[in-house]
Amino acid sequence: MNTGNVQNWDGNIMDIGPIYPFVGWEGFMALLCLIFWVAWHIWQIKMENKRLEREDVALRKSGNLQKAISDEHSLQRM
Amino acid sequence: MSDLPTALNVLFTEFYYWITVVLMFLIHVGFCTYEVGVSRRKNHMTTLMKNAMVIPTVGVTFYLFGWWLYSSMVNGPGITGGFAPATFALPWNELMAAHMGGKPVQSTITDADTALWARLNGVFWAAFLLFSWTTASIVSGSIIERVRSGAFWLIAVMLGSVTWIIDAAWGWHPAGWMVKLLGYHDAYASGVVHAIAGGTCLAVLINLGPRIGKFKPDGTPRNIPPQNPWLVCIGLFLIYTGFWGFYAACNIPIFDVQAGDGVFYSATNIYLQATTLSAITFNFIMALSGGLMAGYIVSKEDPYWTFSGGLAGVIATSAGNDLYHPIQAMLISAIIVVIIYKMHYWVERKFKIDDAVGAVAVHGYAGFLGVVAVGFVLWGYPSSPDTLLGHTEAWARVTPWGQLIGAIIMFWVLGFIPGYALSWILKKANLLRIPKAVEIAGLDHSGFATALQEDDEIRAVLAQEGRMAPAE
Repeated sequence: MNTGNVQNWDGNIMDIGPIYPFVGWEGFMALLCLIFWVAWHIWQIKMENKRLEREDVALRKSGNLQKAISDEHSLQRM
Repeated sequence: MSDLPTALNVLFTEFYYWITVVLMFLIHVGFCTYEVGVSRRKNHMTTLMKNAMVIPTVGVTFYLFGWWLYSSMVNGPGITGGFAPATFALPWNELMAAHMGGKPVQSTITDADTALWARLNGVFWAAFLLFSWTTASIVSGSIIERVRSGAFWLIAVMLGSVTWIIDAAWGWHPAGWMVKLLGYHDAYASGVVHAIAGGTCLAVLINLGPRIGKFKPDGTPRNIPPQNPWLVCIGLFLIYTGFWGFYAACNIPIFDVQAGDGVFYSATNIYLQATTLSAITFNFIMALSGGLMAGYIVSKEDPYWTFSGGLAGVIATSAGNDLYHPIQAMLISAIIVVIIYKMHYWVERKFKIDDAVGAVAVHGYAGFLGVVAVGFVLWGYPSSPDTLLGHTEAWARVTPWGQLIGAIIMFWVLGFIPGYALSWILKKANLLRIPKAVEIAGLDHSGFATALQEDDEIRAVLAQEGRMAPAE
Protein backbone atom coordinates (compact mmCIF):
# COMPACT_ATOMS: atom_id res chain seq x y z
CA MET A 1 0.00 0.00 0.00
CA ASN A 2 1.33 3.42 -0.92
CA THR A 3 -0.91 6.50 -0.85
CA GLY A 4 1.63 8.90 -2.35
CA ASN A 5 4.07 9.27 -5.22
CA VAL A 6 7.13 9.45 -3.00
CA GLN A 7 8.94 6.12 -3.02
CA ASN A 8 12.09 7.31 -1.24
CA TRP A 9 14.03 10.53 -0.59
CA ASP A 10 17.26 9.26 -2.07
CA GLY A 11 16.74 10.01 -5.76
CA ASN A 12 16.98 13.25 -7.66
CA ILE A 13 14.96 15.81 -5.71
CA MET A 14 14.18 17.66 -8.94
CA ASP A 15 12.12 14.67 -10.00
CA ILE A 16 9.79 15.07 -7.05
CA GLY A 17 6.61 17.00 -7.67
CA PRO A 18 3.56 16.75 -5.41
CA ILE A 19 4.25 15.05 -2.09
CA TYR A 20 0.75 14.83 -0.66
CA PRO A 21 -1.16 11.55 -0.69
CA PHE A 22 -3.83 10.62 -3.24
CA VAL A 23 -2.38 12.57 -6.17
CA GLY A 24 -4.93 12.53 -8.97
CA TRP A 25 -7.88 13.04 -6.61
CA GLU A 26 -7.54 16.84 -6.44
CA GLY A 27 -10.77 17.52 -8.33
CA PHE A 28 -12.73 15.26 -6.04
CA MET A 29 -11.16 16.89 -2.97
CA ALA A 30 -12.03 20.35 -4.32
CA LEU A 31 -15.62 19.16 -4.75
CA LEU A 32 -15.66 17.90 -1.17
CA CYS A 33 -14.35 21.27 -0.03
CA LEU A 34 -17.11 23.08 -1.94
CA ILE A 35 -19.81 20.82 -0.50
CA PHE A 36 -18.40 21.21 3.01
CA TRP A 37 -18.43 25.00 2.68
CA VAL A 38 -21.98 25.28 1.29
CA ALA A 39 -23.35 22.75 3.75
CA TRP A 40 -21.76 24.58 6.64
CA HIS A 41 -23.50 27.84 5.77
CA ILE A 42 -26.87 26.12 5.36
CA TRP A 43 -26.45 24.28 8.63
CA GLN A 44 -25.23 27.40 10.44
CA ILE A 45 -28.08 29.60 9.24
CA LYS A 46 -30.70 27.00 10.18
CA MET A 47 -29.13 26.56 13.60
CA GLU A 48 -28.89 30.30 14.24
CA ASN A 49 -32.46 30.95 13.06
CA LYS A 50 -33.80 28.23 15.33
CA ARG A 51 -31.92 29.55 18.33
CA LEU A 52 -32.93 33.16 17.76
CA GLU A 53 -36.57 32.17 17.33
CA ARG A 54 -36.49 30.15 20.55
CA GLU A 55 -34.88 33.05 22.39
CA ASP A 56 -37.31 35.55 20.97
CA VAL A 57 -40.28 33.49 22.15
CA ALA A 58 -38.78 32.99 25.60
CA LEU A 59 -37.92 36.65 26.01
CA ARG A 60 -41.37 37.80 25.00
CA LYS A 61 -42.96 35.88 27.89
CA SER A 62 -43.99 38.10 30.77
CA GLY A 63 -41.08 39.52 32.71
CA ASN A 64 -38.35 37.53 30.96
CA LEU A 65 -36.93 40.41 28.97
CA GLN A 66 -36.61 42.47 32.15
CA LYS A 67 -34.87 39.55 33.85
CA ALA A 68 -32.46 39.23 30.96
CA ILE A 69 -31.61 42.91 31.04
CA SER A 70 -30.98 42.88 34.76
CA ASP A 71 -29.16 39.53 34.65
CA GLU A 72 -31.53 37.97 37.16
CA HIS A 73 -30.44 34.39 36.95
CA SER A 74 -30.31 32.21 40.03
CA LEU A 75 -27.35 30.45 38.45
CA GLN A 76 -25.38 33.65 38.18
CA ARG A 77 -26.19 34.75 41.72
CA MET A 78 -25.10 31.50 43.32
CA MET B 1 17.44 25.13 -7.18
CA SER B 2 20.90 23.81 -7.73
CA ASP B 3 22.70 27.16 -7.45
CA LEU B 4 22.96 28.99 -4.18
CA PRO B 5 21.96 32.53 -5.33
CA THR B 6 18.69 31.26 -6.84
CA ALA B 7 18.01 29.14 -3.78
CA LEU B 8 18.69 32.06 -1.44
CA ASN B 9 16.41 34.32 -3.45
CA VAL B 10 13.52 31.85 -3.53
CA LEU B 11 13.85 30.66 0.04
CA PHE B 12 14.25 34.20 1.37
CA THR B 13 11.16 35.31 -0.54
CA GLU B 14 9.21 32.33 0.78
CA PHE B 15 10.31 33.05 4.33
CA TYR B 16 9.70 36.80 3.93
CA TYR B 17 6.03 36.30 3.03
CA TRP B 18 5.61 33.67 5.70
CA ILE B 19 6.76 36.21 8.29
CA THR B 20 4.44 38.90 6.90
CA VAL B 21 1.53 36.49 7.30
CA VAL B 22 2.37 35.98 10.96
CA LEU B 23 2.66 39.74 11.50
CA MET B 24 -0.57 40.41 9.66
CA PHE B 25 -2.38 37.94 11.86
CA LEU B 26 -2.06 40.64 14.50
CA ILE B 27 -4.44 42.76 12.43
CA HIS B 28 -7.12 40.16 12.98
CA VAL B 29 -6.30 39.86 16.67
CA GLY B 30 -6.48 43.65 16.88
CA PHE B 31 -9.81 43.86 15.11
CA CYS B 32 -11.27 41.21 17.40
CA THR B 33 -9.96 42.97 20.50
CA TYR B 34 -11.12 46.35 19.29
CA GLU B 35 -14.56 45.14 18.31
CA VAL B 36 -15.17 43.33 21.59
CA GLY B 37 -14.02 46.44 23.46
CA VAL B 38 -16.57 48.57 21.63
CA SER B 39 -19.45 46.15 22.12
CA ARG B 40 -21.53 46.17 25.28
CA ARG B 41 -20.98 43.38 27.78
CA LYS B 42 -24.18 41.61 26.77
CA ASN B 43 -22.73 41.08 23.27
CA HIS B 44 -19.04 40.35 23.89
CA MET B 45 -18.81 36.67 23.01
CA THR B 46 -21.07 36.84 19.98
CA THR B 47 -19.05 39.79 18.72
CA LEU B 48 -15.83 37.84 19.13
CA MET B 49 -17.24 34.73 17.49
CA LYS B 50 -18.56 36.73 14.55
CA ASN B 51 -15.17 38.15 13.68
CA ALA B 52 -13.14 35.04 14.52
CA MET B 53 -15.20 32.90 12.14
CA VAL B 54 -14.11 35.12 9.26
CA ILE B 55 -10.92 33.04 9.36
CA PRO B 56 -12.50 29.78 8.17
CA THR B 57 -15.33 31.15 6.05
CA VAL B 58 -13.13 33.46 4.00
CA GLY B 59 -10.16 31.08 4.25
CA VAL B 60 -11.96 28.16 2.62
CA THR B 61 -13.52 30.27 -0.12
CA PHE B 62 -10.27 32.05 -0.84
CA TYR B 63 -8.79 28.62 -1.44
CA LEU B 64 -11.70 27.60 -3.65
CA PHE B 65 -11.94 30.66 -5.87
CA GLY B 66 -10.47 33.86 -4.37
CA TRP B 67 -6.88 33.21 -5.31
CA TRP B 68 -7.81 32.22 -8.85
CA LEU B 69 -9.82 35.44 -9.27
CA TYR B 70 -6.77 37.56 -8.52
CA SER B 71 -4.68 36.27 -11.38
CA SER B 72 -7.45 35.56 -13.87
CA MET B 73 -9.43 38.83 -13.70
CA VAL B 74 -6.66 41.30 -14.54
CA ASN B 75 -8.22 42.19 -17.89
CA GLY B 76 -11.72 42.70 -16.49
CA PRO B 77 -12.42 40.35 -18.26
CA GLY B 78 -13.70 42.12 -21.35
CA ILE B 79 -11.85 45.43 -20.91
CA THR B 80 -8.28 44.74 -21.98
CA GLY B 81 -8.70 41.07 -22.80
CA GLY B 82 -10.28 37.85 -21.62
CA PHE B 83 -9.57 35.67 -18.59
CA ALA B 84 -5.85 35.43 -17.94
CA PRO B 85 -4.41 31.95 -17.42
CA ALA B 86 -4.03 31.13 -13.72
CA THR B 87 -3.92 27.36 -13.62
CA PHE B 88 -1.60 27.35 -10.61
CA ALA B 89 -4.37 28.98 -8.52
CA LEU B 90 -7.17 26.52 -9.25
CA PRO B 91 -8.13 24.51 -6.17
CA TRP B 92 -7.58 21.21 -7.98
CA ASN B 93 -4.11 22.14 -9.21
CA GLU B 94 -1.19 20.26 -7.70
CA LEU B 95 0.56 23.57 -6.93
CA MET B 96 -2.19 24.41 -4.41
CA ALA B 97 -0.65 21.85 -2.05
CA ALA B 98 2.68 20.50 -0.82
CA HIS B 99 5.02 20.37 -3.79
CA MET B 100 8.77 20.06 -4.20
CA GLY B 101 8.93 21.95 -7.49
CA GLY B 102 9.98 19.02 -9.66
CA LYS B 103 8.19 17.42 -12.57
CA PRO B 104 4.46 18.14 -12.64
CA VAL B 105 1.97 15.31 -12.69
CA GLN B 106 -0.85 17.31 -14.27
CA SER B 107 -0.55 18.17 -17.95
CA THR B 108 -1.95 21.69 -17.49
CA ILE B 109 1.27 22.99 -15.93
CA THR B 110 4.93 22.94 -16.94
CA ASP B 111 8.27 22.39 -15.26
CA ALA B 112 8.69 26.17 -15.23
CA ASP B 113 5.38 26.57 -13.37
CA THR B 114 6.35 24.15 -10.66
CA ALA B 115 9.83 25.64 -10.31
CA LEU B 116 8.34 29.12 -9.86
CA TRP B 117 5.29 28.41 -7.74
CA ALA B 118 6.03 25.39 -5.57
CA ARG B 119 7.56 27.45 -2.79
CA LEU B 120 5.68 30.69 -3.34
CA ASN B 121 2.08 29.76 -4.06
CA GLY B 122 1.09 29.01 -0.49
CA VAL B 123 2.73 32.06 1.07
CA PHE B 124 1.40 34.43 -1.64
CA TRP B 125 -2.05 32.90 -1.21
CA ALA B 126 -1.86 33.39 2.55
CA ALA B 127 -0.63 36.99 2.28
CA PHE B 128 -3.58 37.89 0.07
CA LEU B 129 -5.90 35.92 2.33
CA LEU B 130 -4.81 38.06 5.27
CA PHE B 131 -5.84 41.14 3.27
CA SER B 132 -9.16 39.40 2.68
CA TRP B 133 -9.70 38.88 6.39
CA THR B 134 -8.93 42.55 6.94
CA THR B 135 -11.66 43.66 4.52
CA ALA B 136 -14.20 41.41 6.22
CA SER B 137 -13.10 42.49 9.70
CA ILE B 138 -13.59 46.13 8.77
CA VAL B 139 -17.25 45.42 8.02
CA SER B 140 -17.62 43.23 11.09
CA GLY B 141 -16.97 46.06 13.54
CA SER B 142 -19.39 48.54 12.05
CA ILE B 143 -22.44 46.26 12.24
CA ILE B 144 -22.04 44.81 15.72
CA GLU B 145 -24.83 44.11 18.21
CA ARG B 146 -27.70 43.65 15.75
CA VAL B 147 -26.58 41.62 12.74
CA ARG B 148 -27.10 37.90 12.41
CA SER B 149 -23.74 36.16 12.31
CA GLY B 150 -24.79 33.97 9.39
CA ALA B 151 -25.62 37.03 7.30
CA PHE B 152 -22.30 38.63 8.14
CA TRP B 153 -20.35 35.52 7.15
CA LEU B 154 -22.01 35.52 3.73
CA ILE B 155 -21.15 39.20 3.32
CA ALA B 156 -17.60 38.40 4.47
CA VAL B 157 -17.27 35.73 1.77
CA MET B 158 -18.56 38.12 -0.88
CA LEU B 159 -16.17 40.88 0.12
CA GLY B 160 -13.17 38.80 1.21
CA SER B 161 -13.17 36.19 -1.54
CA VAL B 162 -14.87 37.91 -4.47
CA THR B 163 -15.19 41.68 -4.71
CA TRP B 164 -12.00 42.88 -3.06
CA ILE B 165 -9.86 40.37 -4.90
CA ILE B 166 -11.42 41.44 -8.20
CA ASP B 167 -10.51 45.05 -7.42
CA ALA B 168 -7.01 43.86 -6.55
CA ALA B 169 -6.77 42.14 -9.94
CA TRP B 170 -7.91 45.34 -11.63
CA GLY B 171 -5.87 47.94 -9.75
CA TRP B 172 -3.29 46.14 -7.63
CA HIS B 173 -1.59 43.82 -10.07
CA PRO B 174 1.24 44.64 -12.49
CA ALA B 175 -1.07 43.63 -15.35
CA GLY B 176 -4.33 45.14 -14.04
CA TRP B 177 -6.49 46.99 -16.55
CA MET B 178 -6.91 49.99 -14.22
CA VAL B 179 -3.15 50.39 -14.04
CA LYS B 180 -2.90 50.17 -17.81
CA LEU B 181 -5.78 52.46 -18.79
CA LEU B 182 -6.22 54.78 -15.78
CA GLY B 183 -2.67 54.91 -14.48
CA TYR B 184 -4.14 53.80 -11.16
CA HIS B 185 -1.61 53.83 -8.33
CA ASP B 186 -2.46 52.42 -4.91
CA ALA B 187 0.76 50.93 -3.56
CA TYR B 188 -0.37 49.98 -0.04
CA ALA B 189 -4.06 49.53 -0.72
CA SER B 190 -5.89 52.67 0.40
CA GLY B 191 -8.52 51.89 -2.19
CA VAL B 192 -8.26 48.21 -2.93
CA VAL B 193 -8.56 47.13 0.70
CA HIS B 194 -9.94 50.05 2.69
CA ALA B 195 -12.20 52.05 0.38
CA ILE B 196 -13.96 48.95 -0.88
CA ALA B 197 -14.51 47.67 2.67
CA GLY B 198 -15.82 51.09 3.72
CA GLY B 199 -18.22 51.16 0.77
CA THR B 200 -19.53 47.71 1.69
CA CYS B 201 -19.91 48.80 5.33
CA LEU B 202 -22.01 51.78 4.33
CA ALA B 203 -24.27 49.68 2.13
CA VAL B 204 -24.86 47.03 4.79
CA LEU B 205 -25.47 49.68 7.46
CA ILE B 206 -28.21 51.26 5.35
CA ASN B 207 -30.08 47.96 5.06
CA LEU B 208 -29.33 46.88 8.61
CA GLY B 209 -30.42 50.06 10.39
CA PRO B 210 -29.15 51.50 13.68
CA ARG B 211 -28.95 49.78 17.04
CA ILE B 212 -32.02 50.17 19.22
CA GLY B 213 -31.65 53.39 21.18
CA LYS B 214 -28.91 54.87 19.02
CA PHE B 215 -31.13 57.73 17.90
CA LYS B 216 -33.57 59.75 19.98
CA PRO B 217 -37.15 60.10 18.71
CA ASP B 218 -36.21 63.47 17.22
CA GLY B 219 -33.35 61.83 15.32
CA THR B 220 -30.50 63.14 17.46
CA PRO B 221 -27.80 60.48 17.82
CA ARG B 222 -26.93 59.16 21.26
CA ASN B 223 -23.36 58.30 22.07
CA ILE B 224 -22.98 54.60 22.90
CA PRO B 225 -19.47 54.67 24.38
CA PRO B 226 -17.12 51.71 24.05
CA GLN B 227 -17.65 49.26 26.92
CA ASN B 228 -13.90 48.98 27.41
CA PRO B 229 -11.95 51.92 25.95
CA TRP B 230 -8.65 50.50 27.15
CA LEU B 231 -9.21 47.28 25.21
CA VAL B 232 -10.23 49.26 22.14
CA CYS B 233 -6.95 51.17 22.24
CA ILE B 234 -4.92 47.99 22.62
CA GLY B 235 -6.81 46.57 19.66
CA LEU B 236 -5.85 49.59 17.59
CA PHE B 237 -2.21 49.21 18.61
CA LEU B 238 -2.30 45.58 17.52
CA ILE B 239 -3.73 46.69 14.18
CA TYR B 240 -0.89 49.21 13.82
CA THR B 241 1.59 46.41 14.49
CA GLY B 242 -0.01 44.10 11.96
CA PHE B 243 -0.05 46.96 9.49
CA TRP B 244 3.76 46.79 9.35
CA GLY B 245 3.45 43.24 8.11
CA PHE B 246 0.80 44.41 5.70
CA TYR B 247 3.17 46.99 4.22
CA ALA B 248 5.94 44.42 3.92
CA ALA B 249 3.57 41.95 2.27
CA CYS B 250 2.70 44.53 -0.39
CA ASN B 251 6.32 44.48 -1.52
CA ILE B 252 8.35 41.95 -3.43
CA PRO B 253 11.62 41.68 -1.46
CA ILE B 254 14.12 40.89 -4.24
CA PHE B 255 13.53 41.52 -7.91
CA ASP B 256 15.76 42.44 -10.83
CA VAL B 257 14.41 45.89 -11.69
CA GLN B 258 16.99 46.74 -14.34
CA ALA B 259 15.35 47.15 -17.72
CA GLY B 260 17.67 46.25 -20.58
CA ASP B 261 21.30 45.35 -19.97
CA GLY B 262 22.65 44.64 -16.54
CA VAL B 263 21.12 43.48 -13.30
CA PHE B 264 19.94 45.48 -10.32
CA TYR B 265 18.18 43.85 -7.43
CA SER B 266 15.75 45.85 -5.34
CA ALA B 267 12.57 45.55 -3.39
CA THR B 268 9.56 46.54 -5.47
CA ASN B 269 5.98 47.50 -4.82
CA ILE B 270 3.10 45.39 -6.12
CA TYR B 271 3.46 46.97 -9.58
CA LEU B 272 7.10 45.83 -9.75
CA GLN B 273 8.35 49.42 -9.46
CA ALA B 274 11.53 49.72 -7.43
CA THR B 275 11.09 50.94 -3.87
CA THR B 276 12.81 50.54 -0.53
CA LEU B 277 11.67 49.41 2.89
CA SER B 278 13.32 52.57 4.20
CA ALA B 279 10.97 54.74 2.14
CA ILE B 280 7.84 53.10 3.45
CA THR B 281 9.15 53.08 7.00
CA PHE B 282 9.68 56.84 6.95
CA ASN B 283 6.23 57.37 5.52
CA PHE B 284 4.37 54.90 7.70
CA ILE B 285 5.60 56.54 10.89
CA MET B 286 5.14 60.10 9.68
CA ALA B 287 1.62 59.32 8.45
CA LEU B 288 0.80 57.63 11.73
CA SER B 289 2.12 60.69 13.56
CA GLY B 290 0.11 63.12 11.44
CA GLY B 291 -3.04 61.09 11.97
CA LEU B 292 -2.58 60.77 15.72
CA MET B 293 -1.90 64.50 16.13
CA ALA B 294 -4.85 65.53 13.99
CA GLY B 295 -7.14 62.99 15.66
CA TYR B 296 -6.14 64.27 19.08
CA ILE B 297 -6.97 67.87 18.22
CA VAL B 298 -10.11 67.36 16.16
CA SER B 299 -11.66 64.94 18.66
CA LYS B 300 -10.71 67.15 21.61
CA GLU B 301 -8.44 64.57 23.28
CA ASP B 302 -10.76 61.60 22.79
CA PRO B 303 -8.51 58.48 23.00
CA TYR B 304 -10.73 56.41 20.74
CA TRP B 305 -10.66 58.92 17.91
CA THR B 306 -7.02 59.84 18.51
CA PHE B 307 -5.91 56.25 17.89
CA SER B 308 -8.46 55.80 15.11
CA GLY B 309 -7.00 58.96 13.60
CA GLY B 310 -3.57 57.31 13.57
CA LEU B 311 -4.96 54.35 11.69
CA ALA B 312 -6.95 56.53 9.30
CA GLY B 313 -3.83 58.61 8.65
CA VAL B 314 -1.84 55.57 7.56
CA ILE B 315 -4.73 54.39 5.39
CA ALA B 316 -5.07 57.84 3.83
CA THR B 317 -1.45 57.87 2.69
CA SER B 318 -0.99 54.20 1.87
CA ALA B 319 -1.80 54.66 -1.81
CA GLY B 320 1.30 56.82 -2.29
CA ASN B 321 3.55 55.85 0.61
CA ASP B 322 6.07 54.23 -1.73
CA LEU B 323 6.83 57.63 -3.28
CA TYR B 324 5.72 60.41 -0.92
CA HIS B 325 8.13 62.52 1.06
CA PRO B 326 7.57 61.79 4.78
CA ILE B 327 6.39 65.36 5.44
CA GLN B 328 3.91 65.08 2.61
CA ALA B 329 2.67 61.85 4.16
CA MET B 330 2.27 63.55 7.53
CA LEU B 331 0.36 66.52 6.12
CA ILE B 332 -1.92 64.46 3.86
CA SER B 333 -2.65 62.19 6.79
CA ALA B 334 -3.52 65.06 9.13
CA ILE B 335 -5.77 66.83 6.62
CA ILE B 336 -7.68 63.69 5.69
CA VAL B 337 -8.15 62.67 9.31
CA VAL B 338 -9.84 65.99 10.07
CA ILE B 339 -12.11 65.57 7.02
CA ILE B 340 -13.13 61.98 7.79
CA TYR B 341 -13.85 62.79 11.45
CA LYS B 342 -16.21 65.58 10.41
CA MET B 343 -17.76 63.40 7.72
CA HIS B 344 -18.43 60.58 10.17
CA TYR B 345 -20.58 62.75 12.43
CA TRP B 346 -22.22 64.58 9.55
CA VAL B 347 -23.31 61.31 7.91
CA GLU B 348 -24.46 59.96 11.27
CA ARG B 349 -26.68 62.99 11.90
CA LYS B 350 -27.88 63.47 8.36
CA PHE B 351 -28.59 59.89 7.28
CA LYS B 352 -29.01 58.16 10.67
CA ILE B 353 -26.18 55.74 9.96
CA ASP B 354 -25.05 53.89 13.08
CA ASP B 355 -21.47 52.86 12.40
CA ALA B 356 -20.41 51.45 15.76
CA VAL B 357 -16.66 51.74 15.16
CA GLY B 358 -16.44 54.52 12.60
CA ALA B 359 -15.25 52.03 9.96
CA VAL B 360 -16.84 53.83 7.03
CA ALA B 361 -14.89 56.94 7.94
CA VAL B 362 -11.58 55.40 9.04
CA HIS B 363 -11.38 52.94 6.13
CA GLY B 364 -13.87 54.08 3.51
CA TYR B 365 -13.54 57.85 3.40
CA ALA B 366 -9.85 57.83 4.30
CA GLY B 367 -9.13 55.20 1.65
CA PHE B 368 -11.15 57.04 -0.98
CA LEU B 369 -9.53 60.40 -0.27
CA GLY B 370 -6.10 58.78 -0.08
CA VAL B 371 -6.48 57.41 -3.60
CA VAL B 372 -7.67 60.81 -4.87
CA ALA B 373 -4.75 62.58 -3.14
CA VAL B 374 -2.28 60.46 -5.12
CA GLY B 375 -3.74 61.83 -8.33
CA PHE B 376 -2.63 65.34 -7.40
CA VAL B 377 0.57 64.70 -5.47
CA LEU B 378 1.98 62.06 -7.84
CA TRP B 379 0.50 63.57 -11.02
CA GLY B 380 2.50 62.43 -14.05
CA TYR B 381 4.31 59.51 -12.41
CA PRO B 382 4.42 56.36 -14.57
CA SER B 383 2.04 53.70 -13.31
CA SER B 384 4.12 50.80 -14.53
CA PRO B 385 7.77 49.94 -15.37
CA ASP B 386 6.94 49.58 -19.03
CA THR B 387 10.25 48.44 -20.50
CA LEU B 388 10.87 45.99 -17.70
CA LEU B 389 7.49 44.39 -18.26
CA GLY B 390 7.82 44.43 -22.04
CA HIS B 391 4.90 46.72 -22.82
CA THR B 392 4.82 47.65 -26.48
CA GLU B 393 3.37 51.05 -25.63
CA ALA B 394 3.60 53.11 -22.46
CA TRP B 395 0.79 52.61 -19.96
CA ALA B 396 -1.20 55.54 -18.59
CA ARG B 397 0.38 57.86 -16.07
CA VAL B 398 -1.01 58.90 -12.68
CA THR B 399 -3.63 61.64 -13.02
CA PRO B 400 -6.28 63.16 -10.73
CA TRP B 401 -9.10 61.91 -12.95
CA GLY B 402 -7.63 58.41 -13.23
CA GLN B 403 -7.36 58.21 -9.44
CA LEU B 404 -10.86 59.66 -8.94
CA ILE B 405 -12.38 57.09 -11.28
CA GLY B 406 -10.36 54.43 -9.49
CA ALA B 407 -11.61 55.56 -6.08
CA ILE B 408 -15.21 55.50 -7.34
CA ILE B 409 -14.73 51.98 -8.66
CA MET B 410 -13.33 50.87 -5.32
CA PHE B 411 -15.80 52.52 -2.94
CA TRP B 412 -19.00 52.56 -4.99
CA VAL B 413 -18.84 50.06 -7.85
CA LEU B 414 -17.15 47.13 -6.11
CA GLY B 415 -17.79 48.15 -2.49
CA PHE B 416 -21.20 49.74 -2.14
CA ILE B 417 -23.27 48.17 -4.93
CA PRO B 418 -22.56 44.46 -4.26
CA GLY B 419 -22.78 45.10 -0.49
CA TYR B 420 -26.14 46.79 -0.88
CA ALA B 421 -27.49 44.06 -3.16
CA LEU B 422 -26.51 41.16 -0.90
CA SER B 423 -27.62 42.83 2.34
CA TRP B 424 -30.93 43.81 0.69
CA ILE B 425 -31.56 40.19 -0.31
CA LEU B 426 -30.70 39.02 3.21
CA LYS B 427 -32.99 41.67 4.65
CA LYS B 428 -35.89 40.58 2.44
CA ALA B 429 -35.27 36.97 3.50
CA ASN B 430 -35.38 38.08 7.15
CA LEU B 431 -31.82 36.84 7.60
CA LEU B 432 -30.03 40.13 8.22
CA ARG B 433 -31.11 41.39 11.63
CA ILE B 434 -31.72 39.67 14.94
CA PRO B 435 -35.14 39.87 16.66
CA LYS B 436 -35.80 43.02 18.67
CA ALA B 437 -36.17 41.24 22.02
CA VAL B 438 -32.86 39.43 21.53
CA GLU B 439 -31.14 42.70 20.65
CA ILE B 440 -32.44 44.36 23.81
CA ALA B 441 -31.53 41.40 26.01
CA GLY B 442 -28.14 40.99 24.34
CA LEU B 443 -26.79 38.33 22.05
CA ASP B 444 -24.83 36.64 24.80
CA HIS B 445 -28.10 35.68 26.44
CA SER B 446 -28.05 33.00 23.81
CA GLY B 447 -29.56 29.96 25.46
CA PHE B 448 -31.69 32.22 27.60
CA ALA B 449 -34.70 29.94 27.27
CA THR B 450 -32.65 27.10 28.72
CA ALA B 451 -31.27 29.36 31.42
CA LEU B 452 -34.77 30.38 32.47
CA GLN B 453 -35.86 26.79 32.64
CA GLU B 454 -32.88 25.95 34.83
CA ASP B 455 -33.62 29.08 36.81
CA ASP B 456 -37.14 27.88 37.57
CA GLU B 457 -35.89 24.44 38.56
CA ILE B 458 -33.37 25.92 40.97
CA ARG B 459 -35.93 28.28 42.44
CA ALA B 460 -38.28 25.34 42.97
CA VAL B 461 -35.58 23.38 44.80
CA LEU B 462 -34.62 26.38 46.94
CA ALA B 463 -38.28 27.03 47.73
CA GLN B 464 -38.70 23.43 48.80
CA GLU B 465 -35.80 23.87 51.19
CA GLY B 466 -37.35 27.11 52.44
CA ARG B 467 -34.39 29.20 51.28
CA MET B 468 -36.15 31.20 48.61
CA ALA B 469 -39.65 32.30 47.63
CA PRO B 470 -41.19 30.25 44.79
CA ALA B 471 -40.92 31.66 41.30
CA GLU B 472 -43.85 33.81 40.28
